[in-house]
Amino acid sequence: MNVLLWVVYPYLAIAVLVGGLIWRYRYDKFGWTTRSSQLYESAVLRWGSPLFHFGVLMVLVGHIGGLLIPKSWTEAVGVTEHMYHLTAVFVGTVAGLCTLIGMAILIARRRLTGPVFAATTKNDKAMYVVLAAVIVCGLWATLKANVAGDGYDYRETVSPWFRSLFYLQPDPDLMAGVPTTFQTHVIVAFALFAFWPFTRLVHAFSAPVGYLTRPYVVYRSRDTRPGLRPSRPGWEGPPTAPKTRATRR
Amino acid sequence: MRVMAQMAMVMNLDKCIGCHTCSVTCKQAWTNRSGVEYVWFNNVESRPGQGYPRTYQDQEKWQGGWVRTRAGRLKPRAGGRVKKLFSIFANPKLPAMQDYYEPWTYDYEHLLTAPAGDDTPVARPKSLLTGQDTKVTWSANWDDSLAGGNEIAAGDPVLQQVSDRVKQEYEKSFLFFLPRICEHCLNPSCAASCPSGAIYKRAEDGIVLVDQDRCRGWRMCVTGCPYKKVYFNHRTGKAEKCTFCFPRIEIGQPTICSETCVGRLRYLGLMLYDADAVQKAASVKDDKDLYAAQRSVFLDPHDPQVAAAASRAGIPDDWIEAARRSPIWDLIMKYEVALPLHPEYRTMPMVWYIPPLSPVVDVLRDTGHDGEDAHNLFGAVDALRIPMEYLAGLFTAGDTEPVRGVLNRLAAMRSYQRRINLGEERDETIAAAVGLTGQQMDDMYRLLAIAKYDERYVIPAAHAEDAHKLEQMGTECSLDFEGGPGMYQTGPFGEASGTAAPVQVETFHMLRDRQTADGFTDPGDEPRRVNLLNWDGKGKPAGLFPPRKDGSADE
Repeated sequence: MNVLLWVVYPYLAIAVLVGGLIWRYRYDKFGWTTRSSQLYESAVLRWGSPLFHFGVLMVLVGHIGGLLIPKSWTEAVGVTEHMYHLTAVFVGTVAGLCTLIGMAILIARRRLTGPVFAATTKNDKAMYVVLAAVIVCGLWATLKANVAGDGYDYRETVSPWFRSLFYLQPDPDLMAGVPTTFQTHVIVAFALFAFWPFTRLVHAFSAPVGYLTRPYVVYRSRDTRPGLRPSRPGWEGPPTAPKTRATRR
Repeated sequence: MRVMAQMAMVMNLDKCIGCHTCSVTCKQAWTNRSGVEYVWFNNVESRPGQGYPRTYQDQEKWQGGWVRTRAGRLKPRAGGRVKKLFSIFANPKLPAMQDYYEPWTYDYEHLLTAPAGDDTPVARPKSLLTGQDTKVTWSANWDDSLAGGNEIAAGDPVLQQVSDRVKQEYEKSFLFFLPRICEHCLNPSCAASCPSGAIYKRAEDGIVLVDQDRCRGWRMCVTGCPYKKVYFNHRTGKAEKCTFCFPRIEIGQPTICSETCVGRLRYLGLMLYDADAVQKAASVKDDKDLYAAQRSVFLDPHDPQVAAAASRAGIPDDWIEAARRSPIWDLIMKYEVALPLHPEYRTMPMVWYIPPLSPVVDVLRDTGHDGEDAHNLFGAVDALRIPMEYLAGLFTAGDTEPVRGVLNRLAAMRSYQRRINLGEERDETIAAAVGLTGQQMDDMYRLLAIAKYDERYVIPAAHAEDAHKLEQMGTECSLDFEGGPGMYQTGPFGEASGTAAPVQVETFHMLRDRQTADGFTDPGDEPRRVNLLNWDGKGKPAGLFPPRKDGSADE
């Protein structure tokens, strides 16, 4: 059971995530979009969307810090477990609450604004359920551990296990003694990863960071796409006279 | 010097009767789909009026176009790269659907299915966004021909710049139509606003397009475009815009709006310009210098040095030749009668307008003067401040001097040609008064008044090497013999699967034949035709039915 949950399942989820993303990119570039609903409704979105997105970005940074950076490294630079824990719980809770509130606003908006609700697909609804489950489980695990107990040091168990997945030496035993709240959060999170490529969440993978370094105006030549038809692989057409048109930028 | 070619358009506003044929054919060709019901790549606005979307010209509000920084550089008015990325989760300056209009249909079904009753059933308007009952309160052209009067026209941002005088003289109201498409700018701020880099300017002909596969729906382009000519498809979540009908342009046909223009007021042609000079010209300090600055980046294709540089830049010879024959060059540079729309947005728009003289002539006539007399017209152009300042607000960033020049040239041409028409002597002083010769007057008159199809539209087809590729399906597939596997273009998964043959290839020859043939579309089919208007319904005139396959007689 341990092996199934903490080895097979995560690897499956990651495989589906990676394979799904490649598939989606190759076969559905057209569908790869945020499908923004701002055109329908802007006043509520203006609050909900930044709250959710900035919150979730902070959560992402927190997870990178907590899961990928080994405890020994932070201690080497003089951050004690107590300091780390205080910051993590405080910042994490704020970020998590921002995300949760933002998401609540967005879901309420989606349900209550006629045109937005009309444009909501079944896929969207399913995605919202999974996404909300991940966020709620995560917050619940944190709150329960810190309010009911006196904190849980996941950097001794969950983090090494998570990293062990990437070393390809997965160690399921590390997860065996972890509190159920954290276990649930991890399981639902991997379900979200597997679902990710098939939802509108793919837009997260096209975050436009290249915009910062790109020249403002983009020129592109028509030459690569003769007419309206993409060239087929293996068929470059009949011999043609050498090109007189130089490629220009 | 980096020579580039740009497909450009000029519209002669004096000829626009506001029939909206261009809008309708464009809609049929490009935006008759779900998700873009509210989108008009081509729309015709009444001026004064609020435009579409409402008050789009108010850049204080909508933050479109470029702004010159204190350092003399350009940045998008809505903010640079970092600010754009931080506001990506909720674009603060995105027009709402209501700023365009909420698309609707009518419940026609009810007319057929309503139970018998005392009242005539009506087809209620239904929102296309929600499917619910809706009230139609605005549309793309709600204030057509000054409908709504001062109540709506007063919201015109251009009018507000000259508002104090207008309020007193509104009785002398004036009206003209302004057809608008994407400007295909030399310095497109929509492309600059696109975080994904999906909007690009085509290197060959300058057409600005959205790569639908790379657009991620960040919707910054809608804000970036000061003309609000990039639209968000609310079903697919992608930006869409006027394509300058590139599939037609590539095979030498005019855009659909030009092709179907009833007033024949649109001109299409190439302009050569120096791409290296664009940035500097777009960032001149004074808004009012932008018109002159943009003219300065155009290169004279008659200049052998320019032609040589164009050749070196890979522009084919037939394109350079087309640039020499370009009506756009003549209207912008030779006769100086065309002006850019809102140069102050600093995008270097490439759809230019010949401002209308008609409001001036109308006022003259209404006040009992001879509206065709040169001196009356010259005087009126000066005296009628409102049309002038309003036109300057549209076309020259408020500088009335170029507008005065254009209107005077048009007025001179009008009265010069009237004398000829009435059999009077040519009056060269009229031509000289606006710095032209009688010959130039005649040439300008020909271009503005009688130019035929091939004079109005000088479009070099996509290049010769590419032309073969464009017709790939028609000329290359060796399996297209009768009964062969290539017949009917069946794809691997049955008929019509796989990618379709480009439609322009199918229609190219057919259309060209129809447009250039002297006789019937299908010569030799006369025996098979019958005029149904003359048929009294009795008997079977020869040709009413096609000949039987077995060859037996019709009787």
